[in-house]
Amino acid sequence: MQSNAALEYDYTVAKLFTYTTIVFGLVGMLIGTLIAAQMAFPELNYLLGEYGTFSRLRPLHTNVVIYGFMLSGIWATGYYFMQRVLKVSMAESKLAMFLGKFHFVVYLVIATGMVVSLFMGITTTKEYAQMEWPLDILVVVVWVTWGLWMFTLIGIRREKALYISVWYYIATFLGVAMLYLFNNMEVPTYFASGGVGAITHSVSMYAGTNDAMVQWWWGHNAVAFVFTVPIVGMIYYFLPKESGQAVYSYKLSLLSFWGLMFVYLWAGGHHLLWSTVPDWVQTMASIFSVILILPSWGSAINMLLTMKGEWNQLTENPIIKFLILASTFYMLSTLEGPIQAVKSVNAIAHFTDWIPGHVHDGVLGWVAFMVFSGLYHMAPRIFKREIYSKSLIEAQFWIQTTAVVLYFTSMWIAGITQGMMWRAVDEYGNLMYSFIDTVTVLHPYYAIRALAGVLFMIGLVMFAYNMIMTMAASKKLTEEPQFRSPMA
Amino acid sequence: MDIRELQAYATLFATIILAVVLYWYIVYLYRSEKKGEKDYEKLGDIALDDEIHSKPINTSDPLPEKKERNK
Repeated sequence: MQSNAALEYDYTVAKLFTYTTIVFGLVGMLIGTLIAAQMAFPELNYLLGEYGTFSRLRPLHTNVVIYGFMLSGIWATGYYFMQRVLKVSMAESKLAMFLGKFHFVVYLVIATGMVVSLFMGITTTKEYAQMEWPLDILVVVVWVTWGLWMFTLIGIRREKALYISVWYYIATFLGVAMLYLFNNMEVPTYFASGGVGAITHSVSMYAGTNDAMVQWWWGHNAVAFVFTVPIVGMIYYFLPKESGQAVYSYKLSLLSFWGLMFVYLWAGGHHLLWSTVPDWVQTMASIFSVILILPSWGSAINMLLTMKGEWNQLTENPIIKFLILASTFYMLSTLEGPIQAVKSVNAIAHFTDWIPGHVHDGVLGWVAFMVFSGLYHMAPRIFKREIYSKSLIEAQFWIQTTAVVLYFTSMWIAGITQGMMWRAVDEYGNLMYSFIDTVTVLHPYYAIRALAGVLFMIGLVMFAYNMIMTMAASKKLTEEPQFRSPMA
Repeated sequence: MDIRELQAYATLFATIILAVVLYWYIVYLYRSEKKGEKDYEKLGDIALDDEIHSKPINTSDPLPEKKERNK
């Protein structure tokens, strides 16, 4: 580790992940908008032969937005703020720099392989774990590399106390590492059978109910350790830094952290309520899902209280708007989830459109808004230029907020309608509706969701344009801004 | 007692133990700050003052003068 007066933070890798965040965001959400439109207008399934069907595109959408857009955003922000809160530059360690760049290159190989293989229909069919075994092995390489980078930087830090955001990123690393290994235990059938079938094909090492339990232990904790834990880590850095206000209660952030770690791991079973898993697993998952409100709201309220006495910033700074609405959507989503996990509510909600409605108020309103605000905050610091347009951010904020509201309200109505119609019986106990009756009733809500997708996509294009113009054509800054990000 | 029942009891006891540890941690955090042994809130400044040449905060121990005041 060297020491010299001209030492600066090195944002090379943060920039690379910023680019992939934008590209994967555009690709993943474009596919999402198309499949939302396919639900309303099924003839759109036949645009590209087998490559354009809903069943082919849906896993592509989820994987590209989660492992493309979201993970890139988590890493772009991580490679940015970890240096800053640890007060050490990547330029000070050749190893850290090598690991960071190697991480990015292997990640890009996997992401490309993921897009191509899913387009070709090569899939394990396990939700959020569709990549086949060769890519799974590369994922382990990428994850370990990221962990090594993080611990290398922690090892040479000047700031001895680890800021709360670093705790959340470490938890992301450890949580996903453990869960991923267990859920992706699979047998490549070509080798196990002595050369029969496709070389890429594999089957899970677990069977039946056990497979389902491991799958949802992973599935729900992908939500925990990819959609939630690192995003909470992001808001604990970006909101205080952008507003110039220290986190309202550091103690509450510690409590919420341990509460979240303690409770989240047990909640995955709520995806299997009323199924063949043991009753006690279902009850435990329900109870822990409800308790999960406490640590989630602990963090979200902590963020809102951080703005105490500074609420004027909400009207003046569109990045603060994104950050505050993100934490508000986090509260909404983490209240809605536990409600859906109550067994009696789940009996109506399960398999209905209320579930994707819930997912999207979380991932669009909370995760995507956090990624946007994080990258907007970083842009003037990593590109040394002011943000290209404040009015574009304002317009993006309102268009995308409208989109999220349209998405979840339409899916609430659609989901509850669906659940009620499936269960409705006449005076003799016969089902009152056939499946197609529900489809007919739900058509307007599917059309509203497709419109919401188009609106969110318009906002995303505005974000991409604003970021590209910031990199290429915006006014250069002579000094790094301390708190509020400068914008034209 | 079959394996499923054992698993259920193990889960119950693990839950109780972890809940006790979590509550003990809450008490520890607030009590140590009240006694003046720790000042967790100053760690919040790590995010605000994050220039590479800024003086690190390093510890949750309170400043010496604050320690004196709390004696």
